[in-house]
Amino acid sequence: MTDMLMTAADAGLLSCHNCSLLSRAGSGQHADLLCPRCGAVLHKRKPNSIARTWAFVIAAFICYIPANLLPMTVVTSLGNVQEDTIMSGVIYFMQHGEWPIGLVILIASVVVPLTKLFILIYLLISVQRKSQWRPVERTRLYRVTEAIGRWSMTDIYVVTILVALVQLGNLTTIEAGIGAIFFGAVVVLTIIAAMTFDPREIWDNMESTHD
Amino acid sequence: MNTENLIACHECDLLHRIPRHEGRRCVSRCRRCNAALHRGVENSIDRTLALTLAGVVLFVVANSFPFLAFKLQGQVTQTTLISGVIDLYHQGKWEISILVLLTTIVVPMIQLLIQLYVFLPLKFNRTPWNMAAVFRFTQNLSPWSMMEVFLIGILVAIVKLVGMAQIIPGLALWSFALLIVTLAAAAANLDSRVVWDRVEYQR
Repeated sequence: MTDMLMTAADAGLLSCHNCSLLSRAGSGQHADLLCPRCGAVLHKRKPNSIARTWAFVIAAFICYIPANLLPMTVVTSLGNVQEDTIMSGVIYFMQHGEWPIGLVILIASVVVPLTKLFILIYLLISVQRKSQWRPVERTRLYRVTEAIGRWSMTDIYVVTILVALVQLGNLTTIEAGIGAIFFGAVVVLTIIAAMTFDPREIWDNMESTHD
Repeated sequence: MNTENLIACHECDLLHRIPRHEGRRCVSRCRRCNAALHRGVENSIDRTLALTLAGVVLFVVANSFPFLAFKLQGQVTQTTLISGVIDLYHQGKWEISILVLLTTIVVPMIQLLIQLYVFLPLKFNRTPWNMAAVFRFTQNLSPWSMMEVFLIGILVAIVKLVGMAQIIPGLALWSFALLIVTLAAAAANLDSRVVWDRVEYQR
């Protein structure tokens, strides 16, 4: 039977997302069926994956706006207060010849979260439109979103370290700004968004035409 | 149909015969979407256990000593991982301090401890109490362990500050770097099927 293209769903089987054991789907209702081996809740597909992923993507976009407009760091130096947003930090480094650092922050804080959100939006729309175009490549795009999201945390960690190190009383102190909270929210929301999306939805559209 | 020798691809749901390549190092992939179905690892239990033990030692060192010191006009500030988290908390940014605490200290620590709890008894042919539930928990945690990202954060911070003052790397910085390599190696050598095959369950 392995020469045929048959999915677990076709065979009436549920694959455990955690330990990969296959269990027979009960008749109709299997709301709280647990994996007999590891105890995880079994689902044919991740529950409400399209709606949930949209919710997290939209929430991430909303948080991304204040994350860019509000300051990430507030530097107080001899009474002068200087507030830096993500982009003003990047521009500062680019202008002062520190372009590798500017580039790292630009990639981690702007390119990675936006790429991830746009890929997820594309995948959501393609699944909702029952697209059959290049499922292998679309699955690969999904893997990219899963892999890159964590690297957006870089700037949050930089702020943490600066805050801890630069505390020189009246001379200079660095505080984390409100923008950092929103940016942290963006990172967490995009990671959850990638988790709630189910790449098998891409393939479900392929099978409906084979029948 | 016998489901015991079948596995479904996690990314496209296609059924495959369970690839059996015990004791060989190789990856089997889905023939439709190319996702990794299973990674075979030689001596997975021994390797995971050894790397986890090394990881525990490095984790303790990395969190006990300052990783950077900042020297300007005779004033020296040092920071450990936990002191950075506490400073953020005192500035009222508790949301970020909790995020940093979880992703760089709590989650990696829980993962190391659970791997020790699971693989140490397995090494001596015993099954720890409630192994399935405990091991399931650690698998759900792995996206939230971000020490390697933290190391990039340290490097960026060093470059940012190097023009401003004297930056002295501490002992913990080197243990961080080694810890990240060790954690990655432990994850790469952990064959979760070795654990699931030990779980007894009712069909």
